[in-house]
Amino acid sequence: MSELAVGGISRAEPVRIAERGARIARQKVSDSAFRTSTFIAAVMVLVLLGGVLVSLIYGSWPALRTFGFTSFLTTEAWNPVTEKFGALAPVYGTIVTSIIAMAIGIPISLGIATFLTEFCPMWLRRPIGIAIELLAGIPSIIYGIWGLFVFAPFLQRNVQPFFIELFHGVPVLNNLFAGPPYGIGIFTAGLVLAIMVLPFITAITRDVYLTVPPVLKEAAYGIGCTSREVVRKVVLPYSRVGVIGGVMLGLGRALGETMAVTFVIGNAHRITPSLFAPGTTISASIANEFTEAEGELYTSSLIALGLILFIITFIVLAAARYMLMRIERRVG
Amino acid sequence: MTDKSLYAGRRRRDIIFRGLSIGATAFGLVWLALILGTLFWEGASGLNLAVFTEMTPPPGSAGGLLNAIVGSLILTGIGVAVGTPIGILAGTYMAEYGRRSRLTMVVRFINDILLSAPSIVVGLFVYEVMVVQMGHFSAWAGGVALAILVLPVVVRTTEDMLLLVPDSLREAASAIGMTRWVVIRGVTYRAARAGIVTGVLLAIARISGETAPLLFTALNNQFFSLDLNAPMASLPTIIFQFALSPYDDWQQLAWTGALIITLAVLTLNIVARVFSRSGSGQ
Amino acid sequence: MNAPMVEAKALAKKIAVSNLEFYYGDSKALKSINLPLYEKKVTAFIGPSGCGKSTLLRIFNRIYDLYPRQRAEGEVLLDGKNILDPSVDVNLLRSRVGMVFQKPTPFPMSIYENIAFGLRLYEKLGRSEIDARVEAALSRAALWTEVKDKLNASGLSLSGGQQQRLCIARTIAVQPEVVLLDEPASALDPISTSKIEELIDELKADYTIAIVTHNMQQAARVSDYTAFMYLGELVEFDETSRIFTAPRDQRTQDYITGRFG
Repeated sequence: MSELAVGGISRAEPVRIAERGARIARQKVSDSAFRTSTFIAAVMVLVLLGGVLVSLIYGSWPALRTFGFTSFLTTEAWNPVTEKFGALAPVYGTIVTSIIAMAIGIPISLGIATFLTEFCPMWLRRPIGIAIELLAGIPSIIYGIWGLFVFAPFLQRNVQPFFIELFHGVPVLNNLFAGPPYGIGIFTAGLVLAIMVLPFITAITRDVYLTVPPVLKEAAYGIGCTSREVVRKVVLPYSRVGVIGGVMLGLGRALGETMAVTFVIGNAHRITPSLFAPGTTISASIANEFTEAEGELYTSSLIALGLILFIITFIVLAAARYMLMRIERRVG
Repeated sequence: MTDKSLYAGRRRRDIIFRGLSIGATAFGLVWLALILGTLFWEGASGLNLAVFTEMTPPPGSAGGLLNAIVGSLILTGIGVAVGTPIGILAGTYMAEYGRRSRLTMVVRFINDILLSAPSIVVGLFVYEVMVVQMGHFSAWAGGVALAILVLPVVVRTTEDMLLLVPDSLREAASAIGMTRWVVIRGVTYRAARAGIVTGVLLAIARISGETAPLLFTALNNQFFSLDLNAPMASLPTIIFQFALSPYDDWQQLAWTGALIITLAVLTLNIVARVFSRSGSGQ
Repeated sequence: MNAPMVEAKALAKKIAVSNLEFYYGDSKALKSINLPLYEKKVTAFIGPSGCGKSTLLRIFNRIYDLYPRQRAEGEVLLDGKNILDPSVDVNLLRSRVGMVFQKPTPFPMSIYENIAFGLRLYEKLGRSEIDARVEAALSRAALWTEVKDKLNASGLSLSGGQQQRLCIARTIAVQPEVVLLDEPASALDPISTSKIEELIDELKADYTIAIVTHNMQQAARVSDYTAFMYLGELVEFDETSRIFTAPRDQRTQDYITGRFG
């Protein structure tokens, strides 16, 4: 460490300062160019959502003008030959499959999240967590092909005849589970959706459960509560908003899911009381018919279905995000 | 009821509760095993060299999936090349320049909605603004549809990862006179690099199995094509077409294609995980 | 408010603060501060936590500018020019007034790049010139012998004390005129602390130094002048020897004898 080497550093001369100023000025030009481009990119995200909405409204205009929005929404008929289109059957199918998915998916997701945060030995938490997340990573078309070739035939042979037999002669239920067992149909689509939404709801529920301060749980265990009581009386009330947010997010997925449903729902534009009957959903109708749709009115009606789906999922997802934001605000 | 029996009842209910939660977990894992198991069973038997070297065949003859695999790679490539830069820029605005601005709050909310928006709606949107305007289906349209799905994933991870970079590092960089752009380029991007790359990998994993937005943008193609202005085949659309066909050899190819996609997606997920871990351990 | 009564009028004022006030949003954090920083001297700022000493230091390079709702009023003259003037180029200012923080903050890059990155911002230098400047800066920060064989290792792989010296090297590499040290040794062990203190002593030959410390012994050891702050006010400013032997203000007396703080 000689003084000579050190001599290289002394305070800057005034000339240097002028040179520095020039270089900084150049960097400022890049800075404002970069800043502007990030701003434009951020605005593009908004423009994109606006663009989706506008283009869907524009594309569905011929159908909505011809049939009227309310009448389009409440008409069951879907007849390409007479060019008479209504959204009721797909909307019904979308909602019913999602209800089935939620009815099965929610309790199981909550069960898994409870297991992962309360009972699971530490060394098992990571592998099981990853396995559940892998379930979320499998592309939906895989669920579709598996549902069509493996799951639907299984249901047709073993499960559906059992239910039809079981509820035979029971009022209401005998209509809900009426034969013949096709295998594919609303019920099968709902089951496949239930498996698909599992990982989403589980992941979020687990994360919100983990936001419960340990002292709260320790206090409850300290007065002798059982695990069940701690989860029901402490964890769930504390994280309720976040869990609902996660459920809504799963619902958003179920409503908009396309390929898995398209494979197993049977694509029938009609409303039947039986859950075992083939039906259709908004997304399955679009996926199946869009490229083959002849004529402006047909195409436009399909786009109008897309618009309805977009509006429904937007509302559900916005509510989900709002609830999750409330949880995040409490945590951080 | 005595205290003791009250306690016994609570204990019994607790055991049932534990049993149910374990049962739910087993239920979830069983599906994973069943799906992956069938996929390997059905897909692996058709897995041979021809799958990667031959074109999709007409019904009743042997062939492969080369055009679909190449098409998928191209479409995914366009999606990532278009979506990633815009996503990183937007995420940068939200975490750096406009951290407390109203625009950031609105964009974050809208982006989170786009993140889970139905992909088929994205397909309709691109159909309206590209396919109708150009007058034909094209690989470009398919790539752009995928880019719209990549965008929100990258925006979200970029913002999150940049926010994890401590402000003390930004202060230190600013304190030697760096402009904000130099701070971001030289310091915060470097600190957040592993996380952002992870986000991009997860985005690729997400779009490589996407079918719905391609159905009426890139459409499909039975032949090998590198023309970005023409319809292009992709693995998911070929699987969709072949699986729903009545021909055995097509169905076999659909299973094999499904296995290939799943392996690719799972590999990407695992690589992303390893990457984010090695990055955070730095 | 005592006007600083320093006899050595011959000393050049590198920085002159007058009637400085500082606000976090609506709350006033500094009240009417007046004081000089003499050229090539070490000035220490002491006082109980929350007294505004770090806040004051962060005004000298306007680093508070990074955050909205923070603002300063009054005058801070650097070589006679008011740095609070909106027309002042803060990036240029910060290249002249360097800062080292409490927690070591190496950039996520190699040891070499930690220093070279700042150099390239301001000067067009050849490879060998950069090498020489990197070596000079590391030598000056008493780190060269420890890292010369691993210049390509990550800056984050160094120990805490080494990281802090790397940050000092990074700061002086861009040739500032003033170096601000915000509790530079508070996160370090005693041996690293004494190395930093030796370093400060050597650096004052070339730089005007301001150091915030909560450690009175440290202030007594390293500084020529000491400012005692309390509740956002400058209570007393004087030569260090006088502050510690014959403080004029009762509050200073109480603080240095350990009656509060």
